[in-house]
Amino acid sequence: MYPDNFRYTKEHEWVSIEGDTGTIGITDHAQHELGDIVYVDLPKVGASVAKGGTIGSVESVKAVSDIYSPVSGDVIEINQALADKPERLNEDPHGDAWLVKVRLTSSDEVKGLLSAEDYRSYIGE
Amino acid sequence: MRYLPKSETERREMLDTLGLDSIEDLFSHLPEEARLKRPLNIAPGKSEYEIVEYFRARGEETAASYTSFLGAGVYNHYRPVLVDTVVSRGEFLTSYTPYQAEIAQGTLTTIFEFQSMLCQLTGMDVANASMYDGSSAVPEAAMMAVRVTHRNRVLVAKTVHPEYREVLRTYSQHQGMPVDDFGYVDGAGSLDLADLESKIGNDVAAVIIQSPNFFGIVEDVKAAAELAHKHGALLVVAFTEAVSLGLLSPPKEADIVAGELQSFAISPSYGGPYAGIIATKEAYIRQLPGRIVGETKDTHGNRAFCLTLATREQHIRREKATSNICTNQALIALMATVFMSVYGKEGLRELAEQNLAKAHYLAEGLDLQFSAPFFNEFVLRTEPEALNAELLKHKIIGGLPLGRFYPELEGCMLVCATEMSKRAHLDQFKKCAESVVQPALVAPRGGSL
Repeated sequence: MYPDNFRYTKEHEWVSIEGDTGTIGITDHAQHELGDIVYVDLPKVGASVAKGGTIGSVESVKAVSDIYSPVSGDVIEINQALADKPERLNEDPHGDAWLVKVRLTSSDEVKGLLSAEDYRSYIGE
Repeated sequence: MRYLPKSETERREMLDTLGLDSIEDLFSHLPEEARLKRPLNIAPGKSEYEIVEYFRARGEETAASYTSFLGAGVYNHYRPVLVDTVVSRGEFLTSYTPYQAEIAQGTLTTIFEFQSMLCQLTGMDVANASMYDGSSAVPEAAMMAVRVTHRNRVLVAKTVHPEYREVLRTYSQHQGMPVDDFGYVDGAGSLDLADLESKIGNDVAAVIIQSPNFFGIVEDVKAAAELAHKHGALLVVAFTEAVSLGLLSPPKEADIVAGELQSFAISPSYGGPYAGIIATKEAYIRQLPGRIVGETKDTHGNRAFCLTLATREQHIRREKATSNICTNQALIALMATVFMSVYGKEGLRELAEQNLAKAHYLAEGLDLQFSAPFFNEFVLRTEPEALNAELLKHKIIGGLPLGRFYPELEGCMLVCATEMSKRAHLDQFKKCAESVVQPALVAPRGGSL
């Protein structure tokens, strides 16, 4: 369920690193806890994000939750498809329904994140 | 009149609860010089009848029997009797926020009607369940534009109500939202689009205008919208005189409409409570502050109403809510709802026509400061204090001297006529205005900004 090549946060985001690009999403556990997702608010391309800073929010029928960036960087792409199909976040949170891609400004930050195994034990699976 | 009994025994009980010996102890923390050392100068031991008579007599000595030409954001309109009949029903008086849809269908229905009618009047897709008033609706609209555009500067027309602009500045000072003014055309009194164009840039989140503006002048909403949109800013259109919506085309070119509903059967009451409104396009609904009532179906498939999109509200999102400084003015908004239902589309149009006709009858032949078309208010060149003093002799409260808000309009007065202005009073006003002439030296026509 939780890919080994991803890194995770205790706030339930994941990041996948390829070169200097980080793809960010929320975990399956997060989408399950939120319930039916009805709206996703994402940053603008070009915005700078800091590790731990807010990059948007996810709205379910129960609550609106902020998304915190696992890494620092500049937003280079956002997942436009989620504007019309926010429910994809419930269906494929680790794949199709990624949220943003950032160009990393500090590659060291990734080391401080959780491994898949750490995250699984953190959420009690 | 309220009945507030207070016997010696009750006084004693209250003091004992507070752990005090006497009423004097209650005020002992106040500085000596601030304390009154004698009883209030009120005759003791009057009967209820005498008290009522006393206040009735005093009331007659005040402005109760006067006619008024004051507008400037608060308007003297007729209040249909049905308004108080409906709003004084206990079911409405006791309800506040209808969180529990299963016990609040009545309140939710009236709010849904309120929102729907305001969408029709403003040409917007969605309206919220009301705001405190127009002056707080405007900064909320500005902050909404900041969230939508991810920009932070706001441009506001000088023809927006000066007190609304003051409230906007109060909000903006801790929001990192710089606010700049842009002017009006000297002789016309309408928006100076060239000035707007010179100040707008790609850091501007919102351009805020008011129509009819503070001088009563109907603004070119379309031109302002084109200019704002060209630079990626949202256009906020404010209004203070809701009756104008009966006649003017809805400001549908706006992105956000923010206004005051006092004109819809809410009595002036020394400045409040009133009800405001924010309406917007569907695309921005998630940034709309306050509550929104939506239509849904109950478990039996019947039409029902509930609070919708509440996930962004303060009771759920706490400090991250879209706004923590707004509310749903349900009871006051209900006055406006009943008013709109009583008048209907045709009635509101007729009412607006009467306002227009009376104000234009009043203005005819008088020395006006501005040339652009106006609704039920206009700026008169006169000697404001002298004219108001003259009018008072005829039991008429005149207009608002503008020098206090616009130094360049010293020697000008804002005058309003509504359906309540009687022919005899209009004629008396004209007669007085013709006898008091603006001293030429005070403000030459077309004076500088």
